[in-house]
Amino acid sequence: MFFNINKMDINKKLEEFQAKIDAESKIEPKDWMPEEYRKHLQRQISQHAHSEVIGMQPEGNWISRAPSLRAKLVLLAKIQDEAGHGQYLYSAAETLGKSRDEFIEELQTEKAKYSSIFNYPSLTWADMGAIGWLVDGAAIVNQVSLQRTSYGPYSRAMVRICKEESFHQRQGYEIMANMAKGTAEQKAMAQDALNRFWWPSLMMFGPHDSDSPNTGNAVKWKIKRETNDELRQKFIDKTVQQAEIIGLSIPDSDLKWNESKGCYDYGKINWEEFWNVVNGKGPCNKQRLKHHIKAHKNGEWVRKAALAYGIKQKEKELA
Amino acid sequence: MTKNEALINYSLRIGDTCLILGQRMSEWCSNGPTLEEDIAMTNISLDLIGQARTMLTYAGEIEGKGRTEDDFAYKRNEREYFNSLLSERPNGHFGDTVARNFLQSAYFYHFYNALISSKDNMLSAHATKSIKEVTYHLRHSAEWVIRLGDGTSESKEKIQNSFDEIWDFVGDLFETNEVDRLLLNEGISVDQTKIQQEWNSTVTEVLTKAGLTRPNDGYMQTGRLEAKHSEYLGHLLAEMQFLQRAYPDAKW
Repeated sequence: MFFNINKMDINKKLEEFQAKIDAESKIEPKDWMPEEYRKHLQRQISQHAHSEVIGMQPEGNWISRAPSLRAKLVLLAKIQDEAGHGQYLYSAAETLGKSRDEFIEELQTEKAKYSSIFNYPSLTWADMGAIGWLVDGAAIVNQVSLQRTSYGPYSRAMVRICKEESFHQRQGYEIMANMAKGTAEQKAMAQDALNRFWWPSLMMFGPHDSDSPNTGNAVKWKIKRETNDELRQKFIDKTVQQAEIIGLSIPDSDLKWNESKGCYDYGKINWEEFWNVVNGKGPCNKQRLKHHIKAHKNGEWVRKAALAYGIKQKEKELA
Repeated sequence: MTKNEALINYSLRIGDTCLILGQRMSEWCSNGPTLEEDIAMTNISLDLIGQARTMLTYAGEIEGKGRTEDDFAYKRNEREYFNSLLSERPNGHFGDTVARNFLQSAYFYHFYNALISSKDNMLSAHATKSIKEVTYHLRHSAEWVIRLGDGTSESKEKIQNSFDEIWDFVGDLFETNEVDRLLLNEGISVDQTKIQQEWNSTVTEVLTKAGLTRPNDGYMQTGRLEAKHSEYLGHLLAEMQFLQRAYPDAKW
């Protein structure tokens, strides 16, 4: 009897929840939400935050070697933005009832993932261009879509992040454009960076819709507004032309404009590589995680000191 | 030595110290003890490199040979750099960085406050703009000196050691030579003796508040004015200048 009332209650709540989503109202932290919705968002937002933070490493790799003071400043400012994005994404994730410490613990114990693209190394300065142009470019396509996601704090974080990401993409494209019109060596470096980052950028959108395990309720609950393949197609269609303008070629011999569909057809993505990198076999998975753990450990005594000092100050105030 | 030669050297001293410390601070990116601190340290790096650009560009303008900020940053060798010995010290652990930055920021804070009155319009404008940034740098590092000094016994020991180890390099900040004398007469440069007094009082005040012992002023390492550095600078420059040196014809 008691159980039945509860069940009815939940069904009613679920209906109300879905009605709210269907009406395009945002779900806020204090609103009732199905546990699966909460878990899905905790996973997605924290992975997004981890990606911002881990993403600082491949770009950070070139700060000390940036070829001009202006380039150094722009790159530094960009990476600082990524750290800021990490910060507000962790805050958004925390509204779902888990602490940043818990999320970081999940990252460091490999329970949580981050975008696999950051498991590729940044080998030349042109990679700073390719990352900004392609990686941030792909991220923007996804994030623009997520501005309309149903969870309020996530959606608002996305609005803010999108404004900064478009500057990042321009920063990357500027580096590529300058190198593409530079010396032969620079142009070769730019092409090489495009060759290495093109396919992993397409993989950033995740598996094809037919193979995507996490889509299910995410679409119904409007966490995800467009599918992996739709987003990937948008990215390809806008990027191909950008490459042509600066005289670089996309490394895909099957890439061609499909007049009837009004978009580009593209070649086969190497999903074997994708799954291997996702599952820890990328060139830098171990390095990235080690770096994060090391920095975190090295900072432990500092965090403890700040905490102890804060407690002492409070005690003084109360005394 | 002409006034212009002195002014070029004076601008390079400021610009080089900002650049080298800015480069050091950028090494903290993705290594900070918290995300917030990572951002704060990157901020300081951004400010310092921005200040460096202004001063290196100015040196090039006075020189009049078409050298740009990047020519000065990327095409000079160790023995042509006039940054403070303090600024090139490696980051070490967080406490080492805090101690180094505090001592250098306290210097810049009093230095820029005095430089605002310089008769050289550019230096005065640069000081007016930079003082806002440096005030933050000083506050940031001083607060950490106090937090670490008055935090845990481990943090206290660490930050005290950081000061003890780096202290030999503070004397270099206050060295003067003909450049200072010439520009002081013109009302362009600052009186280093006065800066040192003010610096002393700031440093003592903060160390006392942090419960730390101010190391003794013994024999000091110097070299900034003769562009004589530690071995660390060469490695920093080799890394920083790599692309410009490897591809001298390229524009980025």
